[in-house]
Amino acid sequence: MKQTFAIGIGGAAGQGVATPGDIFAKIFSRRGLHLNAYNAYQSIIRGGHTFLTIRIGPKRVTNMGDRIDLLIPLNQDTMNRHLSLLADGAACVYNSDTIKPGEAAAGVQLCPLPVSRLADITRNKVAQNTLAVGAGLSMAGLGFQALEEVLTEQFKKKGDAVVTENVGIARAGYDYASANFKPFAWPLPMTENRYAVLSGNIAMAMGGAAAGVKFYCAYPMSPSTGVLHWMAAHARKAGIMVRQVEDEIGVINMAIGAAHAGVRAMCATSGGGFALMSEGLGLSAMMETPVVVIDCQRAGPSTGVPTKTEQGDLWQMLGAAFGDYPRVIACPLDIGDSFKIIADIFNITDRFQCPGIVLTDLLLSEGRLSVDPKDLDFAPPIDRGELITAPDSNTNGGYQRYKITDSGISPRAIPGVAGYTHTAASDEHDEQGVLISDEFTNPTKRRNMMEKRMRKVAGIAAAVPPPQLRGPHDADVTLIGWGSTKGVIEEACEILTEQGIRANHLQIRWLVPLHGDVIVDILKNAHRTIIVENNYSGQFARYLRSETSFVPAGYIRKYDGEPFMPHHIVQAVIEQMNGKTQLSVPVHEILV
Amino acid sequence: MATAQAPQWHVTMSDLKGKVDPDWCPGCGDFGVLAAVEKALVELQIPNHNVVTISGIGCSSNFPGFINTYGMHTLHGRALAVATGVKLANHDLTVLVTGGDGDGFGIGGNHFMHTMRRNVDLLYIAMDNQIYGLTTGQTSPTSRVGMKTKSMPFGNIESPVNPISIALAAGATFVARGFSAEQRHLTELIKKGIEHKGFSFLDVFSPCVTYNHDNTYQWFRPRVKKLEDDTAYDPSDWLAAMQKSLLWGDEIPIGKFFERTDLPALHAAEPVLNASTLVRADPRVPPVMALSFIEELM
Repeated sequence: MKQTFAIGIGGAAGQGVATPGDIFAKIFSRRGLHLNAYNAYQSIIRGGHTFLTIRIGPKRVTNMGDRIDLLIPLNQDTMNRHLSLLADGAACVYNSDTIKPGEAAAGVQLCPLPVSRLADITRNKVAQNTLAVGAGLSMAGLGFQALEEVLTEQFKKKGDAVVTENVGIARAGYDYASANFKPFAWPLPMTENRYAVLSGNIAMAMGGAAAGVKFYCAYPMSPSTGVLHWMAAHARKAGIMVRQVEDEIGVINMAIGAAHAGVRAMCATSGGGFALMSEGLGLSAMMETPVVVIDCQRAGPSTGVPTKTEQGDLWQMLGAAFGDYPRVIACPLDIGDSFKIIADIFNITDRFQCPGIVLTDLLLSEGRLSVDPKDLDFAPPIDRGELITAPDSNTNGGYQRYKITDSGISPRAIPGVAGYTHTAASDEHDEQGVLISDEFTNPTKRRNMMEKRMRKVAGIAAAVPPPQLRGPHDADVTLIGWGSTKGVIEEACEILTEQGIRANHLQIRWLVPLHGDVIVDILKNAHRTIIVENNYSGQFARYLRSETSFVPAGYIRKYDGEPFMPHHIVQAVIEQMNGKTQLSVPVHEILV
Repeated sequence: MATAQAPQWHVTMSDLKGKVDPDWCPGCGDFGVLAAVEKALVELQIPNHNVVTISGIGCSSNFPGFINTYGMHTLHGRALAVATGVKLANHDLTVLVTGGDGDGFGIGGNHFMHTMRRNVDLLYIAMDNQIYGLTTGQTSPTSRVGMKTKSMPFGNIESPVNPISIALAAGATFVARGFSAEQRHLTELIKKGIEHKGFSFLDVFSPCVTYNHDNTYQWFRPRVKKLEDDTAYDPSDWLAAMQKSLLWGDEIPIGKFFERTDLPALHAAEPVLNASTLVRADPRVPPVMALSFIEELM
């Protein structure tokens, strides 16, 4: 079993769940601990229920895990909902003035904090939060200094008095816990490493800046809005033009305009906004103007559950816009990869002059992960493809924007370059860009132009690496997933192997091109294959079957809005190996 | 601007001739708009490679193919959004947007409103024929009440939009109306619209000789009255412009309704573009800056 420690903080929206979460995250990452944070929340600004899980460990932590070691309920509702999740060795720190504990399992330590005795609650409304952070850190065996540092940073803008007050409250909680509560069985270690803690949205925004994105535009839509927020806050420093647009139709068309004028342009949305963009995606393909769209999936259809995760947009991506055209679809495997994947996809879309989709989900978009700063490379290779940005003497008058070539790639001149004037057209066109939709309509030209564009598909496939099997080759079970489920599948495989079921896994990062032949080669010798995905109908399973005729032995699916936890997958594999079912739908035990 | 960088360029009418001739119906008002745009570009001596002509979809939206500048033939209704992206990525370019009334005021209505309030520096020429032509004659947002078309065979019962009033209300900083048959007047309006630093809206009566038998050249000729002929008219007076915009019937004003020059264009208001155009900016984030972005997360 992985050595990890997980904290769950819950309360109503507006009660300040985020702040203690941020404080814990800072302290742990500065002590060289890895962490993964996931906030289960609702589409409400004040009230409701929010539950933040922060899982920490000396090694890479890839998901929220199965166990909560320290529960901090900020209200009675949280206590009622989650106390039963705690098992032997766990603790619950709570405000005993306002919250009554429920029935706890054997070995669970209930830690009441007499908040009004320890702090002046008339002056400080979030005193209970700060006290609980102090108490929790004391029980986890951390010195007080780290907390003092972080609180000082947090409140220094508000003046010394506020810093002193908050440090004092934290100290009271810390000391009270040292005197009254039992420390956790194992103290958190410390390493020399230092990590950045970031969300997938920040990773994608920074990845865009690193990839040379100069134009970013968006319409706010959960869970993609974090990309806009980072971009807007850093636009002037990074030299990026950031615009909030009237709707997603405007967004994609504006991005295409900027891309056409010669810069890398990106936008992000969720399923509903993406639906509005789909005609624009076709325009990008037809004009051969590269643009990258990020789709952060949330639970659909329609407005669905805006604050919950799902992998339900795959077929929308595959089918977006009418007609046949080359596209690429990449799905980041974790938050660090969310940074890297942006430069990767732009190098493909620029080279092949086609639209690119980054398909991620709320779990990665809004989840947070510790990432080694070395993995945030701001100087990745940038390949702009065959782009003509300056006049030369060769081409005067004879330039053909859509020249028929073996690769299907035609050199692209940007507006402003003398000698290369042309029209890029939404209607079908000939090599010169002249429309062949009206009096020049011509089946031969249409066929040639279709084939030219579609020839790029082979080039794209050659430029994108196929997926690789991870783990032992002669495993009892092979788990197949795509995108954000990599971390939890990895851990499920470790647990299964510990329990005597040898497991390996195949995680798909590039959905288009898929490399179906390589996938079938990998899977044809597997003992038992199970496709794991966060949707109802098995969208990836259907896609894989449509591309390769491959049918797995079983399926694990979840569509309740919450991500998989490792034990969900482990138990499902065991039930399928016992022949109980071919389709497992794990139940999410945390009521959020 | 662009002309200063390339003084050796001398633009002639033949430089602007497109790869193919227009395939509009004989007598279409759009011919007059194309001719006036060409004349304006020659008179202003803007090198054709520094001009991007962007359209949506429809008869008039085939315009970019009929003129030798950089061109974009985009989606129905989306030209203004695309044009905003082009202008922000390279504000050295002269951006012209052309399209019809269905394209701009129907399917593209949302972008029309927002591009005006943003004061994007471009000239938007709406070639307004009060009908859908390329789809063979349906009611458009500017079709008059009572007009019979294939989609409203018993007569239009919906009020038409007033593009001039909308433009004034939405904050366009240059608002004008031309008539395709008034070449010299139209050419001057196009030149003024290009020279205006901000969003210029030019609604042009461009009669459809095939499908609109109500609003013909003969119908417009006695009605159009040039605002420039009224020496008392002050185009900096927004309220007066709004009042004039409501005139319709025996007298229909054409000319410059309104212009204000005190507001910066969008690209000029954005500090990111102070140093250079986006397209010429270094794509790399400076290492010190990159480090600070990462430090924020630690």
